[in-house]
Formats: sequence, C-alpha cells, structure tokens
Amino acid sequence: MAEAPQNRIVINGNTWTFEPGETLLEVARRHHVDIPTLCHLKGATPTGACRICVVEVEGAATLMASCATPATDGMVVRTESPKVVAARRQILELMLASGNHNCTIRQTVEQDWSRFQMRVQDEDQAVELCPVWGDCRLQDLAFRYQVTARNLPPAETVYPMETVNPFIVRDFSRCIHCGRCVQACNEIQVNNAIRFGYQGTRSKIVAGDDRPLKDSDCVFCGECVQACPVGALVEKDARYRVRPWQTTRVRTTCSYCGVGCQLDLHVADGRVVKVTGADVAPNHGSLCVKGRFGFHFIHDPERLTTPLVRDNGQLREATWDEALDRVARRLGEIREQHGPDSLGVLTSARVTNEENYLMNKFTRAVLKTNNIDHCARL
Amino acid sequence: MAGLAATFGSGAMTNTIACIEKAEVILITGSNTTENHPVISTFVKRAVTRRGAKLIVVDPRRTRIAGFADFYLRQNLGTDVAWINGMMHVIIKEKIYDRDFVAQRTAGFEALKQMVEKYTPEFVESITGIPAEHLTAAARLYASGRPASILYCMGITQHTTGTDNVKCLAALAMLCGNLGVEGGGVNPLRGQNNVQGACDFGGLPDVYSGYQKVADPAIRAKMEKAWGVSGLPEKPGLKVTQMVPAAGEGRIKALYVVGENPLVSDPDLNHAEHCFKHLDFLVVQDIFLTETARMADVVLPSACFAEKDGTFSNTERRVQRVRKAVEPPGQARDDWWIVCQIATRMGYPMQYENPQAIFDELARITPSYGGLSYPRLEKEGIPWPCPTPEHPGTPVLHQGMFTSGKGVFFAIEYIPPAEVADTEYPIYLTTGRVLYQYHTGTMTMKTEGLNERAPECFVEMSARDAREHGLQHGDRALISSRRGSIEVVVQISDQAAPGTVFLPFHYAQAAANRLTNARLDPVSGIPEFKVCAVKLAKAA
Repeated sequence: MAEAPQNRIVINGNTWTFEPGETLLEVARRHHVDIPTLCHLKGATPTGACRICVVEVEGAATLMASCATPATDGMVVRTESPKVVAARRQILELMLASGNHNCTIRQTVEQDWSRFQMRVQDEDQAVELCPVWGDCRLQDLAFRYQVTARNLPPAETVYPMETVNPFIVRDFSRCIHCGRCVQACNEIQVNNAIRFGYQGTRSKIVAGDDRPLKDSDCVFCGECVQACPVGALVEKDARYRVRPWQTTRVRTTCSYCGVGCQLDLHVADGRVVKVTGADVAPNHGSLCVKGRFGFHFIHDPERLTTPLVRDNGQLREATWDEALDRVARRLGEIREQHGPDSLGVLTSARVTNEENYLMNKFTRAVLKTNNIDHCARL
Repeated sequence: MAGLAATFGSGAMTNTIACIEKAEVILITGSNTTENHPVISTFVKRAVTRRGAKLIVVDPRRTRIAGFADFYLRQNLGTDVAWINGMMHVIIKEKIYDRDFVAQRTAGFEALKQMVEKYTPEFVESITGIPAEHLTAAARLYASGRPASILYCMGITQHTTGTDNVKCLAALAMLCGNLGVEGGGVNPLRGQNNVQGACDFGGLPDVYSGYQKVADPAIRAKMEKAWGVSGLPEKPGLKVTQMVPAAGEGRIKALYVVGENPLVSDPDLNHAEHCFKHLDFLVVQDIFLTETARMADVVLPSACFAEKDGTFSNTERRVQRVRKAVEPPGQARDDWWIVCQIATRMGYPMQYENPQAIFDELARITPSYGGLSYPRLEKEGIPWPCPTPEHPGTPVLHQGMFTSGKGVFFAIEYIPPAEVADTEYPIYLTTGRVLYQYHTGTMTMKTEGLNERAPECFVEMSARDAREHGLQHGDRALISSRRGSIEVVVQISDQAAPGTVFLPFHYAQAAANRLTNARLDPVSGIPEFKVCAVKLAKAA
C-alpha cells in the first residue's frame, strides 16, 4: 500500500509543507525565499515566458520555471545554485541586449553608444538615461546578478515611441516582451485592448490592429503602466520628472466614485505628482482613469484660497473672521426671524465621515432643524 | 435605499465587491458599470471570462458591459417593475424558486404570487419591449445559478418608481434565496466616494448617525445627553429635492451648502436657479468657485481629500482611512474646522483636536461603528456593522436573519413614468455619466487629458433617430423638453435604442438638467433623471 502523501518539499535544504496545487514560487514566497520574477503577475495565469524564475529540481533534466511548476511531494529544489544563477545571467544578458537598456553601461563613454541608442535618446528629448532609473525590475536584477551585457550590441527596435495620447508613453525600445501589460489588460482589467502582435524580432505589443492607444479599445485605466517592470510604459506626466528617491507615498482613499479604491499619492515638493493603486481590498492594485490620472484638480490654480463675501452684489476677498462672523450672524438672524425650519443644510457625499457627523450635529444641535440632506438622490 | 430598508431593514449593499467574483450568475441593471464603477466592472468581467459565471444585463443602453452578457435585455425606459415582475412570474410558475428560503425567512409571498400572476412574458413584452422568450430564458438563468448577485445603480433609482424598482429587485433576490450568502445579494453601487458615509452620519432629514430616528424620543434623549443640548427637533426635515422648491416658495430662507453643485446636478435647472435666487442667504463651502458658489453670499474655501485626515465609507460599507498628503492652498481649511468655527460663533462651542477625536465621539454614539477606531483601520478598511472592538466587521449582511426579522415581499404594480413621449415630444431622454468625467466636472475638468478624451456634451442616438431627424454624426442638434433646451453634438452609436437618446450631465454649458423632469419618487424623493420626453432638431 502506498504511503499517504505528506505534501513536503525541500527548498535550499529546508523542509516545508505545501498546499496541493501551489506552485514552487508560491511555496517559496510563503516562506520568504526570494525567487526573482519578471513576467509573473499576481492574479493572472502564469505564462513562464521570461524564465527568470527558473530553479533546479533534483532529478529533472532541465531547469524549471517555478511560477508554472506545481509543488509535488518529496521535491528537492535549489533556487540559487550555480546552474540557476548562470541561467538567470544569460536570460538577463539577452534581455538587456534586446533593446535600449542603458543603465548597465553608464560608465561607458559616448562613442560606445550605438546609432540606435542615440536615436532613441534624441527621440526622447531627454538628457537623463532612463525614465525609470531606480524604479526598474530589470535594472534591479542586472545589478543583483552583475550582468552588464557590454559585449552584446543592443538589438534595434523598429517601432517609434507612441506619445499621442494624454496619459501613457509607449516606448517600444525598452520593452522586454514579458507580457505583464497584456495580462493586466486582458486578465485583470479585462479591457482586452492590447495583445502580442507580429512574429520574432518584429514582435510588438499592439492595440487592436496596431493602432495608437487613443484610437483603440483602451480606456486608460493604466493597469499596464503599473504592471510594466521596465521603462516601456510610463505615465506621460511623470516621465523623467518623478523619481522614486524624490517622492514620499501617502496611502489614502480615492475621492471619485463609491468603490473607495485604495491608492498611494506620490508627493514631491508638497505636490501630488503621481498616483498608483494599492494592493489591498477593495481594488487590489487596480484603478480607473480618473483615480490614476485625474488628480490635477488638487493643485489647480482655480482652487479657492480665501473666503469670499458678497458686498454690493459682488464677491470680494475677506478674512476668515469676517466671513465666519457673517455666516454665524446671518444664520442666527434668520433663525430668530423665521424659525429654525427656515434654515437648510446640504452636507456632502464628498467630505469625510467625521465632517458629515459634525454637519449633522451642527444642523440639529445648533441650528435646531432637521433640514439636512445631501446629493445621494442626485 | 428606501426600497432596501423596507424589504430587509437595512439600506446598503448587502455583500462586498469581492463577493461578485464568487457569484454563479450576475444580474446588472441600470448600471453602466464599466464607465461609472470601472474597478467593480473588472470583478464582473473576471467572473465571466475566467470563471464562467453567467451575466444578464438589462439596460436601455447597450453599454460595454452588455458585450460580456449571456443575455442582454433592452427595456423601454421606466418599465423596470414590469420586467422584474415578469421574471418572478416565470420563476414562480415554473416552481424554480427557493421554497425553503421563502418559507423560513420571508413574509408576503402569497400576495406577491397573486400579483405577478398577470405579468406573463407576453404581457411584459407589451410594456417593456423585451421579447417574451428572452425574458423567460433570463429568468430561468437567474434562478438556475446559486449564488446570484444583483448589481444596480441610478438607472434603477432615479425614477418616480425608484423605490418600487428596488423593492422588486429585492423580492427577486429573496425568491431565489440569494441573501445572506457569499456571492449573492442586492447591491446598489454608490456613485460618490462617501455617499454611504453621508447617509451613515446623519446627512439625511429623518435620522441621526447610524440611522437612529429623529422621531424616536429615546434616541433624541440619547443625542441631547451626548451633545449637551436640549430641545432637539423631533419632526423629520426636508429632503434636498423639497428644500430647493421650498426656497422658491420662501419657506427656506437660508441654505448652507457643503461640497455640492446643485446648480448643475439638480433636475429642471431653470426652476432650481429661480429657487436659489429667492434665498435671503446662501453659504457655499467648496474647493472651487462652482456654479452654485457664484450665487453665494459667503464662499468658504475648503481642503480636498488629499489635504485632510479622516475616513470615507465605500459602497460596500467598508470604512477606510483618508490621509493628508499635502497642504491645502492659501487659506483653505478642513471642512470640520469651518463648521466648528461657525457653531462656536453661534454660541455652541465645538472643539476637536483632530479628526480622530471626532471619530472617537461618533463611534461612541453610532452602534454600527461602535467597534471601529483609527488604529483598527490603519492597514485595511472594515465593513460595518462592527459594534464592538472585538467584532471583525460584516462583509455579508442578513446571514441567518434579516435586520428587520423576516424579509418582506412587496407586491407592486407597474406604473408608467411621470412623463411619456407624445406627438410634440416624441423621443425619450435618459441621462448619466461618461468614463472620463465625474459628476458636474469640477474636478475632472482640471485634467487636460480627461477633457481631451471627453471634451464636450453630446447626444447619443441611434442611426435611425438621426436619419429621421436629418442629423449626421458630428452635427449640432437642438434638444428640447417642456422645461428647456440645449445645443449639443450628435454622436451616432449602437449603444442607443431607436426612440431613446442619452445625454451626459457633466457639462454646465450644455446642462442636461435643463431638460430633465423634477418629478420625484414619492418615498425616496429622488427625481426622475432617467426618463423625460424631448424633441430633436438640427441646430440653426
């Protein structure tokens, strides 16, 4: 009689249990073993496309992609063996050579740059090396595994940069074809706007029949930008302007519809410069075009900055004391003259719970009327 | 909300957003989900494409979410009670309802059964235009999969029969035992970030925070004690849609408006403007000089969400933190600070150190929030009810028992909308939002990219209606109702049904609400934004 399965697995010499159906990557991550990934996208089907997550499994003829290999009883796995490291270095070299990835050759003199790199730099009209320097998964891994790709000339991308929509810059010279954007669009947001197009060296992520995003089914949710591990998809507004070491992040709740997406406001010099989705309930990282890109109202010059009072038919600037005194006096006078039910308050579905609570308290306890409502009905 | 409260005893989304992905069948009606709740629509689309859930969409417009549906049913405007009764007719007649649930947890089934008897699919087709066989098939599909989730939005509530519509949807869900279960429920999708919170905290004429009734002497005594006052008013106040006309009649003399722009969002705007002009005193507290603020006697500049601490409660009752990231511009101040200043100047000192101190007070006197505190909300939000500090929160309402005991079936007859098309105004108009703009546009219109995507008002119409009025895509059309007229660009679209056109209401320059009908649902006081009669002409 066969022994009952123990659901045990050995990773780097440690014995751990796993849940049936878990992949090697999931078991490892649960136990804080850091297997690097590039194409893996949480919530989407593993594709095994980039192979950076390969591990050595005892008895297996080849290295296995840990994101797509289910754990089985008695497996012995090594995640950083010499064979694994060599394979990862080779994958990274090919990726770095697959397009315009400048950061590893930063020490190089200008003459070393290929015409292609100069062209892209020119097209970009930038003096800096890369719009996502310091915020790039490929760069992180190249440093981790000490890969420079100096001896491989970069392959040229035939596709020019797409800048014709207001929100997202698509820089095909920096795309590593990991497919995360395609999965984010098709499996997470299910907007089905982009896919892999063309074959071989002409491979490109296309929208519809290869048209600009603005003329496609794209709804500019930006899920693809958030998923892109390199500098191929970047917020137009933030490109070259927002650097991770210059910003702080503040977790808060979106102020548009009632979904209440959790998001991070990226703040630099006292201004909100970028928004990303937070991976918690209810949205788990996703946002829509308004939540991600519609933050400019915060610093708009038309914001009200001072109280206004009407004199002789015209609104003029006033101090807080003057404006508040006038409100208190007039509300008091009208209540005196016409009774509390001649007063009404429209509180707001836009302000906080604390503020709504106080508006309710003010209306009832101070004005002494129940004439309070808000725009839920409108 | 009134419809759900009457049926179940609680007027909020019964289940969580995450629950949608656990549904076997999803019924969406009166919600343009992909444009108005884009992130919720991803849960629906994933359920359908990745897990094989079945989707039924019932809507006068063939919206993008309808492209994912197994059944798309197009009803005539304002005929929702009829098709829902029709579905219940089929489900009862074919005995595919949940008999145990109906017997154990509901009241009023026999009356419902008798009433829907006459709503045969053929009779319903004559009212709604939905082919009888499609309605039958959709009803069978809804009843066949458990759990089934119903999602709805303003397309259901903004009718003179809005409360009836909601009661009918609630009855349909109860009939199939879809309440108190993960993946089921009746789920109104809230349109604004903190509508739920404004309702939860007494921003309503008849209740204090936590829906505690102003008419209840024991509750009034509790509030008087908590607030250190006496003589709290006992008579429920006026709804917004009553206050504005009351201003026109001189019964309301002063209005204090916080963060709203009724002079774009109110129905029958020409009349609303007249009413506002009648006020003796208008205070507007906002982040921009809105159309409404321009008419004010005093304008108070407030901080926006990125500039303040606090909490919002989302559509699934999840209480979530709002955190200050930047300073407000100039002298703009937090809304809570402003109202405290006014109260203090009127002889009632209101002083709090910070929003957390206000939250601690509101939690003490609001039972459903009693167990919540800022430390508990630090990492992730918690859905109420959460009565004690040990309570984990309540993702699914009505498990085992309804808030009010038994769920009540209301037997409701179809009545037509307040205004129907006639020879003078032969076309129906419905209104709503578009993806790239939000409400009256005061926020979204500050982002150039959003304006580039949705620059101006348009009227969406079928190719047939355009042809019959001699209009082409891109022409300017004059669209008029009994109350006003506006000029807009024509957009011919497959989304529109012949005989019904659509206008977004964001644009003050061509405000759709110059045309809409201010007739109200008698219970909820919600105007019939979704149906009125208009005529079309090529603009001169």
